[in-house]
Amino acid sequence: MNGLYAWTAIALITLAATTGDVLLAFSMKRVGDVGEIWKTKGMFAVVARILATPTFFLGVAAMAVAFYSLLFGLSWGNLSLVVPASASLTFVANAIAARIFLHERVGRRRWIATLLVGAGVALMAL
Amino acid sequence: MTTRKYLVLAGVTVFSTLGDSLLARGMKQIGGISLHDFSGLLLAILNPWVSVGILLLLAFFASYMSALSWADLTYVLPATSLSYVLVAVIAQVRFHEQISPTRWLGIALIAAGVGFVAAGPAVTSSHPASPADDFERNAPQRHASREQEVQP
Repeated sequence: MNGLYAWTAIALITLAATTGDVLLAFSMKRVGDVGEIWKTKGMFAVVARILATPTFFLGVAAMAVAFYSLLFGLSWGNLSLVVPASASLTFVANAIAARIFLHERVGRRRWIATLLVGAGVALMAL
Repeated sequence: MTTRKYLVLAGVTVFSTLGDSLLARGMKQIGGISLHDFSGLLLAILNPWVSVGILLLLAFFASYMSALSWADLTYVLPATSLSYVLVAVIAQVRFHEQISPTRWLGIALIAAGVGFVAAGPAVTSSHPASPADDFERNAPQRHASREQEVQP
């Protein structure tokens, strides 16, 4: 039963963190190159453009959900299971979601990189 | 990719690692906070380790948002995953924790993944509202041929 709770938390964390990352990436692509805007129009233009992007706040909210799911997950399951499992699953889920929703071309190079890092993060916890 | 962009990616990596470690150190100093005692959570900010940790995590968020404004999510995430390695190195240096062979294997896999993604293009998606990446703007043909290479 405890294992089921832990894996529910892991699924929740992965889902919320992936939603948050995709929404934030989408928002920042809409804002445009922050460095360029800063150089030409100044810091306040950067802040104003970010604050005018509603999906940015949705992304931050999803990140907050992921953070609180992590807190709950840590009280239900083992630190050494919940943290690495959700971190490495988030890497893989993000690659799939970025391909579907952000239309990023996830070629062979990026798939290999994502799987290597995902496996590496899981091994670091052992 | 300019030097400034590599510095931003390095910032994402270093700020998240240092912010997390300082926050963890401060929270250990304070001790357990119960969920019912909300003022304890607010007072935690008065701890210097916690406040510097929060500042560093804000710097992490700013550099992460900056990176996402000109690079793909599937580029930024693997490229900044050296933070997991950095955590292990800090633990080794500060607490003299032994790094086990499985951890060394994990470090090697992460480093290989970072090398793999960093050698490829930083941006492949073209959002209508976004200005093109300078890499794309300067060499569209090179970008197109490089992307074809990595397509299966």
